[in-house]
Amino acid sequence: MRAPERTLLPLSFVPAGKEVTIREITSGERWRHRLLEMGFNRGTTVRVISNHHGPLIVALYENRIALSRGVAHKILVQEE
Amino acid sequence: MKILEAKETVIALAGNPNSGKSSLFNALTGSRQHVGNWPGVTVEKKEGRFSYRGLTFRVVDLPGTYSLGAHTEDEIIARDFLFSHPDIVVNVVDSTNLERNLYLTLQLLEMGASLVLVLNMSDEAKAKHIEIDQGRLSTLLGTPVVMTVAPRKEGIPELLERIVTLRGREPRETFRIKYREDIEEEIAKIEALLTLYPELTHRYPSRWLAIKLLEGEKRILQEMNRQSFMKHVFPQVEESKKRLIDRYGEDLETIFANQRYHFITRLVQECMRRKGEEKGTYTLSDRIDRVVTHRFFGIPLFLFTMWLVFQCTFALSEPLVGWIETLFTFLQEKATFILENLGVADFFISFLVDGVINGVGSVLVFVPPIFLLFLAISLLEDSGYIARAAYVMDRLMHILGLHGKSFIPLLLGFGCNVPGIMATRTLENREDRMITMLVNPFISCAARLPVYVLFTGVFFARHQGWIIFSLYLLGIVVAILTAKWFKRYLFKGETSHFVMELPPYRIPTVKGLFIHMWERGSSFIKKAGTIIIAMVVLIWILANLPFGVEYASNESIIGKLGTAMAPLLAPAGFGTWQTAVSLIFGIVAKEVVVGTLAVVYGVGEEGVGEMVRQHFTPLSAYAFMVMTLLYIPCVATIGAIRRESNSWGITIFALGYSLIVGWTMAVLIFQVGQLLGFH
Repeated sequence: MRAPERTLLPLSFVPAGKEVTIREITSGERWRHRLLEMGFNRGTTVRVISNHHGPLIVALYENRIALSRGVAHKILVQEE
Repeated sequence: MKILEAKETVIALAGNPNSGKSSLFNALTGSRQHVGNWPGVTVEKKEGRFSYRGLTFRVVDLPGTYSLGAHTEDEIIARDFLFSHPDIVVNVVDSTNLERNLYLTLQLLEMGASLVLVLNMSDEAKAKHIEIDQGRLSTLLGTPVVMTVAPRKEGIPELLERIVTLRGREPRETFRIKYREDIEEEIAKIEALLTLYPELTHRYPSRWLAIKLLEGEKRILQEMNRQSFMKHVFPQVEESKKRLIDRYGEDLETIFANQRYHFITRLVQECMRRKGEEKGTYTLSDRIDRVVTHRFFGIPLFLFTMWLVFQCTFALSEPLVGWIETLFTFLQEKATFILENLGVADFFISFLVDGVINGVGSVLVFVPPIFLLFLAISLLEDSGYIARAAYVMDRLMHILGLHGKSFIPLLLGFGCNVPGIMATRTLENREDRMITMLVNPFISCAARLPVYVLFTGVFFARHQGWIIFSLYLLGIVVAILTAKWFKRYLFKGETSHFVMELPPYRIPTVKGLFIHMWERGSSFIKKAGTIIIAMVVLIWILANLPFGVEYASNESIIGKLGTAMAPLLAPAGFGTWQTAVSLIFGIVAKEVVVGTLAVVYGVGEEGVGEMVRQHFTPLSAYAFMVMTLLYIPCVATIGAIRRESNSWGITIFALGYSLIVGWTMAVLIFQVGQLLGFH
């Protein structure tokens, strides 16, 4: 089931400590595939570890991944 | 039988970055490994051999990769090797992150690889209360599964057994993921066409080929485009693609990826349990990161770390350098004494003592600082700090139009520019890669140090540290300005994104550190043992020709060469034929500058300082150091640029650019310095 449009927000807006589910990646094809193979696929839950100026750090399972703000803007997520 | 003929079995070691692949490689091969090059590219190819039950195995450690999608130079190499049918693939996965790591596993299995799945870091999984049903996973994937803790060699005997059992076994039925019905239909249609061409299906499984054609895998497409009969297959591929895109509203690669993840989710649900929900907690690494990647403390902490690295490197290497110097002076005296007593011709004594022993000595004194620097860099890498350095520098790198990942090659450049340039292959974007490659030679590598040490020792003994620091800083500033300029005018392109894994902090193992240090440092020794000695000998010969001329005088060939070049260097304050010669030979390797000066001044290692004092002023010495830093990358670096950029145009441009920059800076410093009243 597709989530209602209004609850989607960019990952870059999610404060530290929150857990969200990835719904859509709107970046260009190349980066979408890159993110996909790194494990950022639809339905995956990620937790934001830190989000201040500069790149975000998110937890994907047990891993920590740094994502620039530009990428994080293009990952649309839904709060749990 | 092919199997009986094959003397050794080739094992490809594949896995995601940070899955503990290198430690498994070390556990398998011990010290029997060497770093060579992949054909055609400078990318390091790490290979090792081991014997087990009378069989010989060759292990190839592939660059870490998330999938066979090949987005970077590194991943292209891994993919190409995996496509070339290694006998066995050992797929290393991080047990604590099966969900992500199995993506590559599925791709390898679909390809029909003879695979052993290694659940590495199983101790960490246990500590995190992650339970994996090894047997069930093995059944569902139809492939052997082994649990290991590579640094402690746990599970290695079992892995070896599995490898031996798998070796030479007839290819089993290829593993298959059952895709959605409508996708399976299209795969079947294409597969039916492909099976008409047995020469194709001999090489690749037909189902896999059908999937790759649908996904539009670049290398397979390239290969297939060369086959004339493929024109009977392509229309069907296009038709199938169109149908699926219409139905799913997404591109094929995404459709397949989603289906694979779907499979993984079910697989993991069945084979893995995370007990004791620890969601929402912060690990120790996270807490350390709160300080290390802090928006204000991050950068000062990084600078402090680098300062510490250089301080320790020099402080610890100083006594060692002293011993080596003493040893070689002793060797020179002893050799002269013995040879004279034996009645050997003066000419030959001079060759051995002034040429060979002196040449080797002047290079070997730099082994301690270079090894210690590499040790420090290995420490930063193995502990996980280097990824954080990239993270904190990301903001600064953005100012240059690059991003944090470009910072790692620059950092490695402090050790040696060659690994620095090779490290650019982890960058996703070609423009970023070229810029990072071209500015790397301005980062002051360890080989320039001998020159700084010599000149600052003579002229700036009291502020030695600060003067050397200023040269490093100058190199960085030139690199920054160049990067900015190149980004704006030469390699425009979009800024690519910073997406990088931050591995958990680890206490490095002593063995791992020494292996890494040795890998990098030994290439310097090899260089010293071959190129540099050959050069020193060549210089010695040129300094003695034509016959009868006084050794290393301006009448010798070398002297004439230098005399011709000297006027060009005069505006920078060091327009003597000796300095010209040393700079020419410095292109071979920057550390040769010191050895050359020793030869052309006709003194040994310990006498160079005095000669330098006579021929230079503090100002011209500084200008000379700047010239040495910037003027032209050494031969090894030029070779690396050529191979990594795959373009002579870019290589020649790099040479011309750095020569102009180096000369201009040296002249500016000397001229402006004079105007300001320095001398």
